[in-house]
Amino acid sequence: MDFLTLVQVLDSTVRLATPLLLACLAGLFSERAGIFDIGLEGKMLMAAFFSAAVAAITGNVWFGLLAGIGSSLALSGLHGAASITFRGNQLISGVAINFLASGLTVLIAQSWFQQGGRTPSLLSGGRFEPIELPFAIGPTEAAETGRRLSDLLSEANVLQQVYSELISGHSIIVYLAGLCVFLTWWVLFRTRFGLRLRAVGENPAAVDTAGISVIRLRFAAIAICGVLCGIAGAYLATGLQAGFVKEMTSGRGYIALAALIFAKWRPVAALWACLLFGLLQAIALRFQNIDLGGFVVPVQFMEALPYILTVVILAGFVGKAIPPKAGGQPYVKER
Amino acid sequence: MTAPAIQLKGISKAFGPVQANKDISISVAPGSIHGIIGENGAGKSTLMSILYGFYKADKGEIWIKGNRTEIPDSQAAIAAGIGMVFQHFKLVENFTVLENIVLGAEDSGMLMPSLSRARKELKALEEEYELYVDPDARIDEIGVGMQQRVEILKALYRKAEILILDEPTGVLTPAEADQLFRILDRLRSEGKTILLITHKMREIMEYTDTVSVMRRGEMTATVKTAETSPEELAELMVGRKVLLQVDKVPAKPGKPILEIQNLSVTDSMGVERVKGIDLQVRAGEILGIAGVAGNGQSELLEVLGGMRADRGRISGSVKLHGSELPMTGAGSDARARRDAHIGHVPEDRQAEGLIMDFHAWENVAFGYHRDPAYNAGLLMDNAALRADTERKMEKFDVRPPLPWLAAKNFSGGNQQKIVVAREIERNPDLLLIGQPTRGVDIGAIEFIHQQIVELRDAGKAILLVSVELEEILSLSDRVAVMFDGKIMGERAADQTDEKELGLMMAGVAGEAA
Repeated sequence: MDFLTLVQVLDSTVRLATPLLLACLAGLFSERAGIFDIGLEGKMLMAAFFSAAVAAITGNVWFGLLAGIGSSLALSGLHGAASITFRGNQLISGVAINFLASGLTVLIAQSWFQQGGRTPSLLSGGRFEPIELPFAIGPTEAAETGRRLSDLLSEANVLQQVYSELISGHSIIVYLAGLCVFLTWWVLFRTRFGLRLRAVGENPAAVDTAGISVIRLRFAAIAICGVLCGIAGAYLATGLQAGFVKEMTSGRGYIALAALIFAKWRPVAALWACLLFGLLQAIALRFQNIDLGGFVVPVQFMEALPYILTVVILAGFVGKAIPPKAGGQPYVKER
Repeated sequence: MTAPAIQLKGISKAFGPVQANKDISISVAPGSIHGIIGENGAGKSTLMSILYGFYKADKGEIWIKGNRTEIPDSQAAIAAGIGMVFQHFKLVENFTVLENIVLGAEDSGMLMPSLSRARKELKALEEEYELYVDPDARIDEIGVGMQQRVEILKALYRKAEILILDEPTGVLTPAEADQLFRILDRLRSEGKTILLITHKMREIMEYTDTVSVMRRGEMTATVKTAETSPEELAELMVGRKVLLQVDKVPAKPGKPILEIQNLSVTDSMGVERVKGIDLQVRAGEILGIAGVAGNGQSELLEVLGGMRADRGRISGSVKLHGSELPMTGAGSDARARRDAHIGHVPEDRQAEGLIMDFHAWENVAFGYHRDPAYNAGLLMDNAALRADTERKMEKFDVRPPLPWLAAKNFSGGNQQKIVVAREIERNPDLLLIGQPTRGVDIGAIEFIHQQIVELRDAGKAILLVSVELEEILSLSDRVAVMFDGKIMGERAADQTDEKELGLMMAGVAGEAA
């Protein structure tokens, strides 16, 4: 494997890790506030559909993004009403959201577009285009010189390869996701809101007796969760791919949850965990059949790898992860 | 004359049909310690929750420093200068002391300036009130006494002038409790007003200036502490004369029933909870095990009661009537223990003694449900079981005496009577009894103590575990103190006192003392 191939695999790792990372941070906000959110998957799926649908209709990806965020927020509100206001079971509410999203997206897609439950393929303008950073070798340069991009890249030096392939050429959401890691850390550990958010996930009674509304804090947390899930879903349908297809999240919400546990609910660790999952997906995409000295690892196994890792992590094989103490429990004032 | 720090006028509060507070009026002078004493369910906590904005009173007025004040939520209570130290601390365990103090009282959206100002402020408060804590220690790394200081500092940081403490000494060693009262004394001399809610007579008599007594939601009296006596207060609390001392003749111990040699218990996390202890309980005596909660007493009781057979590692020898009692494997479970005539009243009656949603008569059968008297062929003989329950309820004065009432609908004291009746009425050779009167009202305490003493006088052996020193001292014939999984020493109950036992409970070696 030459260096350029490695860089290309890492490049695709970053792209694939982006929706995971956004969903993972979404879950982090929610769970740090004591609300388990198994509905990340459903929120992403809903956002993926509505962003693609609105982008297809309006031809503007930004309207798509807004629609995606809006639809995800609506599901967050549902989760909040069920599990915060009415103190229902958070897992059941989350599962219900996943089912709702799974059915509703296809139903509406069929009714609006009649393409078998998908949206039309998005044209440029309806998608998040790659951003070419200055001095990077990209399609612009290829067009100017009239040569193929891959030739240009393989002739360039190592530094230029890394810069052009790995750093440059992603859509704005990828860079935004990276920024979100730092932002999340900063909000959580450097602001008043973060202190209260972490406290409400550990001991809501402490927050309540300090004169702060537990309910408002938790709704704020799941609203942030909704926004991030919305961006993640929109990126799936309008960045990573060009349109919505049925069940296109394919378990990414659950993988994000696994990454969250793996990262022990810490933002920077979440970045690494998501990159690991992204890498596995990228390898599976790039090397369909790996030949290990006569034994060919089937592509199905490679594609299953992220999910196998998810199960392993959720089963608790990777160290001891202590979740926020009040997670999963509705807050009831005690006498 | 200065206005009272707190004045409550005609406070009433009902939860459904239950009148928790009925037309309560008190007036507390600034710079004093005012005690509120009453049985469980007398409405003390409800009253304090109203004062701290957790509940809204149905009727009545709150006046703070001469001004009528509405307290719709905790924020308003804090603004009115009221601070509350709850019985169960409201601290975030994985936060530092400083973060806990700042939480909810931050200066601005950014955390760092708030924290550094709080650090300075804390320093000043520490010096003013001699309340020393390490601001950077995590709550789960410091002891309960220290955690309580953090709660007090939290209130002071919010400029509280009135401090409410709800059963503050429940989790403290006697030495820690003394320290707490020194702090409260200091706060009083700085002009703070303190409301002390407790059921411990000693604390009321020694530390308060005035005391109010509550019974069944009503304030029955408010008196100057110097002008009353424990007997009078107890009578006001219960509504009849109460025996504060357990009435018993000297024990006539017989042959050893239970002999424990070098018993060690390691829990499933690998922590050694009981570290090679030796104990003996003889027929016709009560051996009391004193200690602050969490020093291995619970594990000892559970092992003897057959509740830990499949958890952790157990070694050492336990003999009953001189023959080996298996600690692991076959014959070490709770069923085998009951077959060996060991009765067990577990420490936590709601989690281990009863199933709260089940009827009283079903709860009376638990552990003894294989008894032929309760069975008719394949089916249970529910009629016999109910009749037996009625008999036990009558004998143990369980109120209301209704076998089909769910366990959760009885008061704490009556729940405990059901458990105690179930175990004692089997006439066990050895009774293991943990925290027999935790959360039980004075009237029921008196009754349960009498039953235990009667069982002793019938020549049975009793192993009593309690965190209430007063109870240990008045009930036991011999006292052993556990600290950090070890027995610190043994004393005859009539040849020791709270002070000596308190030192041993804090880990100061007993034998030398």
